[in-house]
Amino acid sequence: MAYSEKVVDHFNNPRNMGSFKKEEDGVGTGIVGAPECGDVMKLQIKVQNDTIVDAKFKTFGCGSAIASSSLATEWLKGKTVEEAGKIKNTDIVQELNLPPVKIHCSVLAEDAIKAALADYQKKTDSK
Amino acid sequence: MKFPIYLDNHATTPMDPRVLESMLPYFIEKFGNAASRNHAFGWEAEEGVETARKQIAKLIHADAKEIVFTSGATESNNLALKGVVEMYHEKGDHIITSSTEHRAVLDTAKTLEAKRGVKVTYLPVDKFGMVKPEDVRNAITDKTILISVMFANNEIGTINPIKEIGKIAKEKGILFHCDATQGVGKVPINVQEMGIDLMSFSAHKIYGPKGVGALYVRKKNPRVRIAAQMDGGGHERGMRSGTLPVPLIVGFGKACELCEQEMAADAARLSVMRDRLHATITKALEEVYLNGHPTERLPHNLNISFAYVEGESLLMGCKEIALSSGSACTSATLEPSYVLRALGVGAELAHSSIRFGLGRFTLDEEVDYAAKKIIETVTKLREMSPLYEMAKEGIDLKTVQWAAH
Repeated sequence: MAYSEKVVDHFNNPRNMGSFKKEEDGVGTGIVGAPECGDVMKLQIKVQNDTIVDAKFKTFGCGSAIASSSLATEWLKGKTVEEAGKIKNTDIVQELNLPPVKIHCSVLAEDAIKAALADYQKKTDSK
Repeated sequence: MKFPIYLDNHATTPMDPRVLESMLPYFIEKFGNAASRNHAFGWEAEEGVETARKQIAKLIHADAKEIVFTSGATESNNLALKGVVEMYHEKGDHIITSSTEHRAVLDTAKTLEAKRGVKVTYLPVDKFGMVKPEDVRNAITDKTILISVMFANNEIGTINPIKEIGKIAKEKGILFHCDATQGVGKVPINVQEMGIDLMSFSAHKIYGPKGVGALYVRKKNPRVRIAAQMDGGGHERGMRSGTLPVPLIVGFGKACELCEQEMAADAARLSVMRDRLHATITKALEEVYLNGHPTERLPHNLNISFAYVEGESLLMGCKEIALSSGSACTSATLEPSYVLRALGVGAELAHSSIRFGLGRFTLDEEVDYAAKKIIETVTKLREMSPLYEMAKEGIDLKTVQWAAH
């Protein structure tokens, strides 16, 4: 199976790879997937005044999973929390040209975004 | 060094140029049908086939008349299992095989269960992937007509105790089939000493052409009979009809002759190379796990799992090296390797496995390059892995509540 150029590019030059401290103010962390399924994504957002000012990811998974999460961090930056919640897996599929067998990678990325946003909400609500 | 580097010799091997040379006259000059009995064209084709039959038989210590040509090991496995079940159905309806067999055996067994009501015992393997002879003995019933256990596994290279299993089969008067596709030409195989009654193998795994294989069918003690699965001109003593692919068979014969002469030297060279590859990787990286047996394994096989790194992404990072992975992402089923699972390897480590298959034409510098590239890529991907990060923080990954998807 050949990978699309964009998947290869994200795989070779991952954007925003790394971690924030989970406890840090304004940071929301989403960890989705399971090692036995072959993919785990950790996606983090840093929010200031309702805007995502930075995002980071770490992913255990195939090239398409890495590319999906890398792309997600690129898209998240600069979006408001509300806008971020509207990112759909189908957008990722289209952007990266994912084949049908890799669609679950994009679903996981969407789940990771939702989980990170939920974690951020929970943190702010509890204050 | 030429790129990409081929380290997937369990999938297939390049042809040895000497094999190609032996085949060439049989395309245009000696093109006859080996079954044509009345003219020189047929005779010279038949001569080519019979020479090959002898070369092949010699490699496995069989008689030339015991070699039945097929299209490959998949067909041989089908013919052996289906042919025996059909021929001996009045004697019984039970066959014994193992859970790590190649799909050509497992799926044939499943078809026989579904379509012919055959009962199949799938023996478990130990943590090294080995079938226990005592398990074979204990599984035998008065309805057992066939035992089918592979010689060496195609993923992990573990070599089964074939001689012991053959002995049990003989003692109980049950036919013993062995899928030796990965073993023939790589390690010594003697169908007499090992008590093998039927054996499948193919040319393209031993530097011969694709599209030809053989089924060894014992002629005496006992005389094994199988029902043909293809109707036609009654070729191959009635067991497999169809015009013989003479050039392929000639190449198969030559490939076997070369293996007979060079197998020991190839094995010695490749096992040293394989061990160096393994040592280099384990020295540089932590949490690398060997899959398969530490000593009872094919000399050219190495199968290892790299914790916290998914196999397909590792292959993607080493794209100038042709390798194979047990990761689900490299299979159509999205399930990780059933062979590794049968050994008790956790799904997460099965996803992280890489198979190296060295071959006759593998060079030292290619293996050294592969080791370096694997180390670099694993290091990079671990930096990217949330699991590695968690493990480094001291979190026990087994205690985490994962949301399986």
